[in-house]
Amino acid sequence: MGRITAPFGPQHPVLPEPLHLNITYEDEKVVDLSPAIGYVHRGLEKLAETKEYTQNVFLVERVCGICSFMHAMTYCMGIEELMGIEIPPRAKYLRVFYSEISRIHSHLLWLGLFADAFGFENLFMQYWAAREKIVDLMELTGGHRIILSSCSIGGIRRDLSTEQIRIAEDTLRHVKNEVERINPIIMKDYTVKKRTVGKGILTKEDALKYGAVGPMLRASGIAQDLRQTGYAGYGDMGFEPIVETDCDSYARGVVRVRETYQSIELALEALSRLPEGEAAVKVKGNPEGETIQRVEQPRGEVLYYIKANGSKNLERLRIRTPTFAHVPCLLKMLPGCDMADVPVIILSIDPCISCTER
Amino acid sequence: MAIMIPNVIKNFTHRPRTRLYPIEVRQLPLGVRGHIEFDMEKCIFCSICAKRCPSDAIVVDRKAKTLTFDPLRCIVCEACVEGCTKDSISMFEKWRSPVIARYNEVYKPAEKEETI
Repeated sequence: MGRITAPFGPQHPVLPEPLHLNITYEDEKVVDLSPAIGYVHRGLEKLAETKEYTQNVFLVERVCGICSFMHAMTYCMGIEELMGIEIPPRAKYLRVFYSEISRIHSHLLWLGLFADAFGFENLFMQYWAAREKIVDLMELTGGHRIILSSCSIGGIRRDLSTEQIRIAEDTLRHVKNEVERINPIIMKDYTVKKRTVGKGILTKEDALKYGAVGPMLRASGIAQDLRQTGYAGYGDMGFEPIVETDCDSYARGVVRVRETYQSIELALEALSRLPEGEAAVKVKGNPEGETIQRVEQPRGEVLYYIKANGSKNLERLRIRTPTFAHVPCLLKMLPGCDMADVPVIILSIDPCISCTER
Repeated sequence: MAIMIPNVIKNFTHRPRTRLYPIEVRQLPLGVRGHIEFDMEKCIFCSICAKRCPSDAIVVDRKAKTLTFDPLRCIVCEACVEGCTKDSISMFEKWRSPVIARYNEVYKPAEKEETI
């Protein structure tokens, strides 16, 4: 049987963002592929060199819509290290709270898209209805539905009032009940298992070899999560990463489902530990030196390299996002799979191409 | 699949989760960053807001005493509101109406002119 090469993307119903794959099929099996990106490059790293370091907080938030708070937090942590700023304890726990609601929002969004990838539209709408409550909570606490803009150099711009904390706790408990109602479908359903179990295998050795990060790595049986390093307030919270050992698309789904529960618990714990006091300190002067910061995003590890020369403008800002580490993994996961499983396997890495190209 | 049956029944009886938007407008919660407005009676044209703006939406001409604001460039980050020493910029919990062409708002001392 002859081979045919067909493009997958950049415009494809299953892809929220433009990823292009040239896939070679033999019968209906994938035998080879070459990924290509470059459709949404925006030049944000170069733009960051022309803006002042305080303005860059709003710029890096726009690297990715889903994990915008964590981008801002990583950048702020880098600048705070360069300037020797110690943020107040209240700001540390508020950062944990905002990070975790961003993670819940991202995981619920992904679970919905994943359900949509294998044609389960009802499940998609159920997850997104639960996500809507979190987006409303983000609007109430941060002031915007997606781009929170609540992180600043020196702490948190928006402190939470007692009333907001009460609403946040109620919303998180409500979302937990909703997710508990929906999750058995993805965990136990026959059709879901049929489409995901054993598809897109990435073994433990391959995950290490290809440099997988985040839920991909944890679904391959490696307990690595940057929250273990104890940045922001995570150091005092006794955090343990969630691990699955099945190495397939189903395991990646289960890791994200379990992480959603864990994030709800962490967000509630951060709210209960909120100490009294200021949420931000005043910042004076300009940063100087270079630093590398790593933070666990919903998709995995993000890395910021910041080089400053004592002026208002940075000399260099380099961002490496998790999807950049996951695209090579596709070269291992896709060959040998059926044509119909390609969208599900691609979705299982949670691709964010706008992040990757910046 | 039996696990979905209560959900299916609920969907028949539940009211729609969406809103008939132009007829039914949602009330935004307090503190939402909707849009900014300038109070020219307080403004002294110091241009701190223009310097702080990350998207260059505000341009201040200190000599001619004019402030030009491009609402479509504004990312509603609240940096100008925090920076203003005279409290002349306020944030409102209401989004601007959609428009079909770009426009600038030009402010002069204590009076407002709008050019399209």
